[in-house]
Amino acid sequence: MTQIKTQYNRRSFIKVSAAAGGGMLIGFSWLNGCKPNSKEIAAGLPVPKEWFDINGYIKIGDTGLVTIFSPNPEIGQNVRTSMPMIVAEELEVPWENVVVEQAPLNTGFYQNQFAGGSLSIRLSWNALRMAGATGKRMLMEAAAKEWGLQVDEVTASEGVIKENNGTRSVGYGEIAAKAVGIEIPEEVTLKNVNDFKLIGTDVKNVDGKKIVTGQPLFGLDFQREGMKLAMIQHPPAFGMQLVDFNEDEIKNMPGISDAFIIDTTIAEPGMFDEVGFKKLVAIVGDSTWQLMQAKKALKVNWETTSELENSELHIQRLEEALVSGEVEETRTDGDPEAAFKKAAKVIERTYSAPFIAHNTLEPMNFFANVTDTAAELIGPTQTPEALEGSVAKLLNLPLENITVNMTRIGGGFGRRLYVHFGLEAAAISKKIGGPVKLIYSREDDMTQGTYRPTYRSVYKAGLDENNTLIAFSVKGAGLTEGPVFVNRFPAGTVDNYLAQRIKVATNITTGAWRAPRSNFTAGAEQAFLDEVAELAGKDPIDFRLELFERAIKNPVGEKNEYEAERYAGVLKLVKEKANWGEAKQGVHRGVAAYFCHSTYVAEIFDIVMKNDKPVIAKVWCAADCGIVVNKDGAKNMLEGGIIDGIGHGTYSQLTFENGAPKQMNFDTYQLIRNSQVPKEIEVFFVDNDIDPTGLGEPGLPPAIGALANALYKATGQRHYHQPFNLEKQIIG
Amino acid sequence: MANYTLNINGKKQQIDVDPTTPMLWVLRDHIKLVGTKFGCGIAQCGACTIHLGDNAVRSCQLPISAVGDQKITTIEGLSENGDHPVQQAWLEIDVPQCGYCQAGQIMSASALLKRTPNPTDEEIETAMNGNICRCGTYTRIKKAIKTAANSENA
Repeated sequence: MTQIKTQYNRRSFIKVSAAAGGGMLIGFSWLNGCKPNSKEIAAGLPVPKEWFDINGYIKIGDTGLVTIFSPNPEIGQNVRTSMPMIVAEELEVPWENVVVEQAPLNTGFYQNQFAGGSLSIRLSWNALRMAGATGKRMLMEAAAKEWGLQVDEVTASEGVIKENNGTRSVGYGEIAAKAVGIEIPEEVTLKNVNDFKLIGTDVKNVDGKKIVTGQPLFGLDFQREGMKLAMIQHPPAFGMQLVDFNEDEIKNMPGISDAFIIDTTIAEPGMFDEVGFKKLVAIVGDSTWQLMQAKKALKVNWETTSELENSELHIQRLEEALVSGEVEETRTDGDPEAAFKKAAKVIERTYSAPFIAHNTLEPMNFFANVTDTAAELIGPTQTPEALEGSVAKLLNLPLENITVNMTRIGGGFGRRLYVHFGLEAAAISKKIGGPVKLIYSREDDMTQGTYRPTYRSVYKAGLDENNTLIAFSVKGAGLTEGPVFVNRFPAGTVDNYLAQRIKVATNITTGAWRAPRSNFTAGAEQAFLDEVAELAGKDPIDFRLELFERAIKNPVGEKNEYEAERYAGVLKLVKEKANWGEAKQGVHRGVAAYFCHSTYVAEIFDIVMKNDKPVIAKVWCAADCGIVVNKDGAKNMLEGGIIDGIGHGTYSQLTFENGAPKQMNFDTYQLIRNSQVPKEIEVFFVDNDIDPTGLGEPGLPPAIGALANALYKATGQRHYHQPFNLEKQIIG
Repeated sequence: MANYTLNINGKKQQIDVDPTTPMLWVLRDHIKLVGTKFGCGIAQCGACTIHLGDNAVRSCQLPISAVGDQKITTIEGLSENGDHPVQQAWLEIDVPQCGYCQAGQIMSASALLKRTPNPTDEEIETAMNGNICRCGTYTRIKKAIKTAANSENA
């Protein structure tokens, strides 16, 4: 058992209680989707008449029903299930007795209320455990006090407190009222990880029933009495700016109540603020269809303020940068130049990937209700705190006068780290003086920017006469960020190593896209290593394991970001599970392993040829993400990551002509579909008791490398440039 | 504007809208049935799938004027208690990630099973290729359709 300081003191909980009393935490239910539905409460527990606020994470009803607040945005990574599971584990409450509510943004109490960097569980692991353990301790103290016992003379389990040497017992619901006044413990005992009962099991999505019955859950579903709808029009090309538009004509169209220009420019913008389109046309009305008609009737004057770029120019800039670009970060071990000179064999390959859009299936949208003194924002954001700060600047209001509530989010992938659509809704609401919901069309969404940068990297390796890797270099450039992680594998495994990262300018706006940089680098690096292994005449897994062996025994350099043993561990696990090395008639295999977001993932792709077309028969995946909180949910994440990697590596790209994206909707922008996915995916976890690490992103990056390597075995063709094949659908 | 009487989820609904208004927006904006989702507006993603009679159709491309007296079923009306075999299978396999596309997936899957109670993998792929899942839950979607097919035949 672990004794741990709660970092809570009486003051922090008083603050929470005050917030609760103010109606923020308790009874927060702006959508039916957030209310516990009595019909759905399992175990037949009736809806409580009275709720008792134990701490900011937990309230307990007089019937024993427990509400656990999930602090972070839910973008499909299933934290609305897994975060409360951690609280419930330490609280010792049966999962059937738990209902989950989304917490609003409350920076005074919760920490790290964002969905990004695969960090939700990793950063909140201790806080969630402590919240549960603190609640349990308070309930135990209340029961002990009732019975005239010391707290160590009672035990809590399954929502019931029992005296150790006697027969008295009391349910959480019965004692909750008395726990409210108990002093907050400043130190609590956490469970031994080996005693976990809920963590590590398969728990179903808490919103499953609402999702499959079409209940209102998402930002786009939000309704408020008297609410208007709005749409925007941003410039058609990067490098263009709005001058004016046919305002009078638009205002006179059926169902249109207003049309005007908004400007979301703010002082000292942060990393999640818009850098491209800040001056927009806004149209307000009563129905989406009428707004769409009004958008079609827009006649806008745009002015060109900077170069209107083409895709050819982007490729040219990347190629030039790789020759003469300014290096922003570098790492050198040994003497790579000399080592390449004396190498017996040298191989050099170039890899590239295009701009891609996030394309969350729920387009950008947000609700705002701005008055002279306050602003209320409700919708899908991965960064509610950044949104709050930017809205405060835009409206010149103090932070405390702004509330942000999070809806369930129809896909994130990094797109909703950026807050411009929330600001736009706020600007429109302020102008019309009432509540409004802003909706993007798919075209607005896909052509707005914030794309995954386009990348180009050159890899080079040198082998000595014994086929040992003696030199390795990578030089990577990207618009607007270079894709190289200088301290990641194979850094640390080779004596002579050079990594260089180069940044190239563009006026196309870019942003974090699921597993930033890794989403390209893993595919390039792992496909390259496959060729190096082939050149060395070695099995691709054995070749990698040799490198890790070197890094385990005698690592080169000190800043290596990964643990070589865990890296090798996932390769060994996937090798064993897939019976790698055992030849199977007609099955062509490729492997890749990658480390990002503190998690290690190795994947093997099995490809078979069907009517001369490659089909992914099976993907084997091994992951080391520390303790797995919700096993089936975690598998779902990795399966999705693999499919996302295959899809974007194979099919998707955005190209530009005169500053405008040529793909604007799913008729020209290809996303992976049902017939193109692996026939089977099997996921295995390394069993350990390390604190949980990221899982939302790490499944994706290695998939592109393993696919490229398996395709080579199946077709004899190496793939260097993503998307691998746009014209011919190679899967399915 | 024009007046229409529609049969939606077994209920008669009176609506006064522009005849070109797609059923997607009639449902979402006017009847406040928001289970049917907006994804692309050009019948490429399937998020807005509903049943017109027994057929799965993309409601973003179905103007209200084309509906006539045909029965419309949305995700809210697929079953009374959310216990259609396809919905149950979706829960059993725990298909959703973000969940946004799933209503459309379920409407396509339930229409498929109605006409083809025991679909092959290829029939599933053909029927479901019009429904994008951006999170990549496709392998679970297939598994859930097979689970539903088996339970319906049991």
